[in-house]
Amino acid sequence: MSTPTQSASGARSVDLSQFHTVFFEEADEHLASMESLLLEIDVEAASQEDLNAIFRAAHSIKGGAGMFGFADVSELTHEAETLLDLARNGSVRPTVEIVDALLETRDLLKNQLAVHRGEQDVAPDASALVLRLRALCEGGTGAASPNPPVEAGYGFFEPAPAPADEADYGFFDDAAPAPGAAPSAAPVTAEAGDGYGFFSPLPEPDGATTASPAPPVVAAPPSPARPAAARADRQAETASIRVPVSKVDQLINLVGELVITQAMLAQNATQVEAARHQQLLARMADLERNTRDLQESVMSIRMMPIAMVFNRFPRMLRDLATKLGKKVELKMVGEGTELDKGLIEKIIDPMTHLVRNSLDHGIELPDARAAAGKSETGTITLSASHRGGNIVIEVADDGAGLRRDRILAKARERGIAVPPSPSDGEVWNLIFEPGFSTAEVVTDVSGRGVGMDVVRRNISTLGGSVDIESAAGAGTRMTVRLPLTLAIMDGMSIAIGGEVYILPLASVVESLQADARALRPVSGQGRVLDVRGEYLPVLKLAEVFPPATPAPPRGTEMIVIVEADGVKAALVVDELVGQHQVVVKSLETNYRRQPGISGATIMGDGHVALILDVAALIKKTRH
Amino acid sequence: METKELAGRIAQGGANEFLTFRLGEEEYGIDILKVQEIRGYDTVTRIANTPAFLKGVINLRGSIVPIVDLRIKFALGEPTYDQFTVVIILNVGGRVVGIVVDSVSDVLTLAEEQIRPAPDFSAVLATQYVKGLGAIDERMLILVDIEALIGSADMGLFEASNSSAAAGDLLAA
Repeated sequence: MSTPTQSASGARSVDLSQFHTVFFEEADEHLASMESLLLEIDVEAASQEDLNAIFRAAHSIKGGAGMFGFADVSELTHEAETLLDLARNGSVRPTVEIVDALLETRDLLKNQLAVHRGEQDVAPDASALVLRLRALCEGGTGAASPNPPVEAGYGFFEPAPAPADEADYGFFDDAAPAPGAAPSAAPVTAEAGDGYGFFSPLPEPDGATTASPAPPVVAAPPSPARPAAARADRQAETASIRVPVSKVDQLINLVGELVITQAMLAQNATQVEAARHQQLLARMADLERNTRDLQESVMSIRMMPIAMVFNRFPRMLRDLATKLGKKVELKMVGEGTELDKGLIEKIIDPMTHLVRNSLDHGIELPDARAAAGKSETGTITLSASHRGGNIVIEVADDGAGLRRDRILAKARERGIAVPPSPSDGEVWNLIFEPGFSTAEVVTDVSGRGVGMDVVRRNISTLGGSVDIESAAGAGTRMTVRLPLTLAIMDGMSIAIGGEVYILPLASVVESLQADARALRPVSGQGRVLDVRGEYLPVLKLAEVFPPATPAPPRGTEMIVIVEADGVKAALVVDELVGQHQVVVKSLETNYRRQPGISGATIMGDGHVALILDVAALIKKTRH
Repeated sequence: METKELAGRIAQGGANEFLTFRLGEEEYGIDILKVQEIRGYDTVTRIANTPAFLKGVINLRGSIVPIVDLRIKFALGEPTYDQFTVVIILNVGGRVVGIVVDSVSDVLTLAEEQIRPAPDFSAVLATQYVKGLGAIDERMLILVDIEALIGSADMGLFEASNSSAAAGDLLAA
């Protein structure tokens, strides 16, 4: 019973495997709703409705897991469900320990599901958690009948030997009926130490002095109005259908095609005599408007609220704040702001890093905050809004702010080039340099010094940017700007011997004309161009992508200066054609990757144009 | 007679239906189930630094599709491009690829006994890509395993790792 029956699930998965994806997707959703409900729950006055909702989520997962033969998943959910059932019929009062244990259950379930999905090899050991869940059930019921107040005081007396007895009791209880679990008893004790929820007041740095029953950390305490609003949102979300992304992408393709056809028709229509074909022209105008509306609504299907990213932070901050002994409140603004699903997936890691940094390096310890005359609880504010064609995401904290002197000292120590008499902005940008970390103690949270440069690189590959504002003692604000979608890009079209290529506008610095003699050869290998005292390597695109009919040599060259990863280069092109918004397509769907090409797009006339990979081209100038 | 033929076809799963086309003087047949559509030769966007037989890519209703001129690849016939030039769009291994041929003739059903093993002829087409020879009256069809041919390393259309990933996708779907 205590060991997952993998073989059985393997045998049954043959017939049911087609439904696995659906189960996994649903289980993910249930786990997510379980987590957000658990985080919102008010231990003192848990609403029956919330407890029911958590119970239902656990129950659905158990049902599905049972059907597909994922014994370990259904076994663990069963234990959680028992506890939840006791909680919702009132025989166990919800405590912070119970919430902690249930949150850990949710994490473990996620790991177990990952194993079944084949994304993870090692099955997590659930035995310690199962024992804990059982102990919590017993602790509740056992104490409830003779002496109800003791039950409420469970949290108070935890550091006393009483819970240790209970834990022992739990061990015996399991070891007797299931001898298979006996060998794992030794690691279980060790793991119980890791599970801070059980013994939480012990490792607490300063919680013991206050002797408060609840842990001092409250991440995102729900304001009275919020749960109701959130519930309304949840109800609105249920009126949706699950559609594979590939179907949506196909729809976007077809609409794109329709737009091109419409544009061609419109061009033909300009040649008819306007007086005689008034109706035709009026309907062409209708068609144009409808096509544009259709395209907009289809593109909006891929858009998802940024809440998908934000929602993972309350939990993360709660755990992290406990670990660091800090107090923090998380505020979120504009969670409903939408951006492309593809982008959402890619900004999770950089955003996680920024938020962690805010808590780890930004927010001070409670006594330091009190000494500085601030409230002991720090505030981290996440906000998102649309500005023009961009989404702007801010991570702001009211912590200590960046220390100019310490950053400069660290930069010199690490041998990072510092501009003479740098502005604040230039100093803050130093933390994006590779190998920079100002944490005095390297923590396992965000002090390895590999973070911020990776954050900036990841965001710039998405066509975005990061800015920092900071004031000593008042806090720091990180501003991330991103395009709304990866599918559409601003491009500059250029010609090489009559063949049109697209340069991403985000990487174009400027374009200029230069005398052919201004391109100076360097040691007979490459050439450089002097742009206002800066020597840039030159790459002649006609040599990288030889055209079928080369353009005749000219006295002046057309130059486009591009930049990627902070490195610039001068590209020699034959002609600048124009600027377009282009829909980015993959060349690899039906063909292979091509060096120097990042993708393709379809131009207004229906022809394909290739999109140049600027980073790869710049790399080429270095060899 | 008709129903009997139909029943026979159903029994064979249509695997013996071939689309026939000409390259120079030779007539070829490919499995009809691999053919997605037949269209004219549109403007193709050339990709620099690729072999001459890869004409480039076209926009096929929003997908970027590579176009291979088999006449250049096998040095058969004259590679001319006009309104009569035909492109056969194939769907092989989850990918869409277009091939340029001189002309498309018809769709033929061959019975098992009409298909003979191919002799070991040292033609431009390696024997491993020839499924057999089909004989109909006076005509002789070279039956090509088009999926193996298009996916071959010799064509270089797909990266090895990519095509296996595509196969994995198919299995997963």
